[in-house]
Amino acid sequence: MGVAEGSGPRGPAVSVIRAGMLTTVQDAGRWGFQARGVPVAGPMDPVSHRLANALVGNGRGAALLEVTLIGPELEFEDERVVAMTGAQFELWLDGRPAPSQAPFIVCAGSRLKFGSRQHGARAYLAVSGGIDVPETLGSRSTHLVSAMGGVKGRALVGGDRLPLGDPPSRAPALAPHDPIAPLPDRHATLRVLPGPQVDYFAADALDVLQSAPYTIAGNSDRMGFRLQGPQLTHARGADIISDATPLGVLQIPASGQPILLMADRQTTGGYPKLATVIAADMAVAGQLAPNDTITFAVCTRADALKALIAQERALMAVEDRDS
Amino acid sequence: MAGRILEAGDSALIVEFDERIDPEVNARAIACAEAIQAAQVAGVRDIVPTYRSVAVYFDPLHTDHDALIGCLEREAALFTPSAAVEQATVRIPVCYGGDLGPDLGGVASFARMTESDVVRLHTAAIYRVFMLGFVPGFAYLGVVDERIAMPRRATPRVRVPTGSVGIAGGQTGVYSAETPGGWQLIGRTPVKPFDADRADPFLMKAGDAVQFYPIDRAEYDRWA
Repeated sequence: MGVAEGSGPRGPAVSVIRAGMLTTVQDAGRWGFQARGVPVAGPMDPVSHRLANALVGNGRGAALLEVTLIGPELEFEDERVVAMTGAQFELWLDGRPAPSQAPFIVCAGSRLKFGSRQHGARAYLAVSGGIDVPETLGSRSTHLVSAMGGVKGRALVGGDRLPLGDPPSRAPALAPHDPIAPLPDRHATLRVLPGPQVDYFAADALDVLQSAPYTIAGNSDRMGFRLQGPQLTHARGADIISDATPLGVLQIPASGQPILLMADRQTTGGYPKLATVIAADMAVAGQLAPNDTITFAVCTRADALKALIAQERALMAVEDRDS
Repeated sequence: MAGRILEAGDSALIVEFDERIDPEVNARAIACAEAIQAAQVAGVRDIVPTYRSVAVYFDPLHTDHDALIGCLEREAALFTPSAAVEQATVRIPVCYGGDLGPDLGGVASFARMTESDVVRLHTAAIYRVFMLGFVPGFAYLGVVDERIAMPRRATPRVRVPTGSVGIAGGQTGVYSAETPGGWQLIGRTPVKPFDADRADPFLMKAGDAVQFYPIDRAEYDRWA
């Protein structure tokens, strides 16, 4: 684990002037410990996370900041390359507009301030060298409920000082890059595959799921989106013996209203699961906020894989541009 | 009792056995998870045994889907290992009752026996770790003697201290983090079920055999 606060060498860092609404440190997630009840966490929009790291020359799993709805104000202690991807925010560097979806240089003493938000819910701010907080179980991702990872397991607050890693030797990308996953404008169509427990529901449940949009309720967070829309009917009761809860699964409690499980979901749950959002569409899901709407569309495994391969090719084109 | 294989999106497969809480079914799921782990299929990211299933998470771009299904079909058809245990592998000290176990009196009333009889029954059994979940390091243990298997509280507590030992029907367990919770709290252990800074952060894993033993308040205070 890292040195105690206030002791030991103090390398370069970013200081948090204002934290924004919910700004957390996230890497690619805490994989490998779900059998011990440890949630994965990681970015809500994994594509924008990877793109931000690629734009500043970081490895794809480097820790960066996930910014939610209202962004932070930060001060840099040394020169760095930074890039913001995902949700569209106004961005101000020492009072002047800074680009989004593109790398730019900040100087020692520079202040970077998020302004108003146009589209999307979550922006990803990567800094060359990555956020170098200590790893917990092999990951720097913040999991809020279990108070693990990031800065003391919590969202950033004003006054936090985020240590930075050594900048990578490879050059950052030169040009801005269009978003790889389309940024939704308050509505998204998410493709799902049926299952794992489609046989726990009425025969028409998948038709009902696709019949009209669902609205994301206010009490939705990084664990899951509570949805309000067409009523789903169980065929064999609403309780099952708890089993694993994959990312993107739609679990249906007794209310008949689905919950879409997101990055901070628990590892297990006791509700039957009707369908699962495909991996390629989780980036779009991660850009939604309360009161936004979702239309679900059943697709095939071949469709899902095709979409994921297209996404991967686009990301690798940015990551591997020098090699 | 062959397992069936279910797709959970494009990045997870689930081997599901009979839907019941049963040591034999659970032993089957855990043995299946261990066999899948040992097979080391490329692209697999996480393997999660539960009461009666195994979830296998994988990266669809780096996994041979047919090979993975073949592996799961093979391992799901394995014979059932014995779930019988003669000796606990994990022993957990508990200070029962008082302010550390505020519901011990309630469980005694429910069971129409003395508090010390509740403690005697709770410590007599060797419990199986059916699975971990809820929060890091939280183990679902069973099966609790039906005489003291009191259901959850009608209103959950907003805050349950770490180390609290609870009963919820046939289940018992140790809160591994401070969380809200509705289990009947009969005592507290000074041992942390989860400590990220410990050499082995987790006290328990699925399939372990666990027994509780009583300690007095002075001993609890020395540990804690």
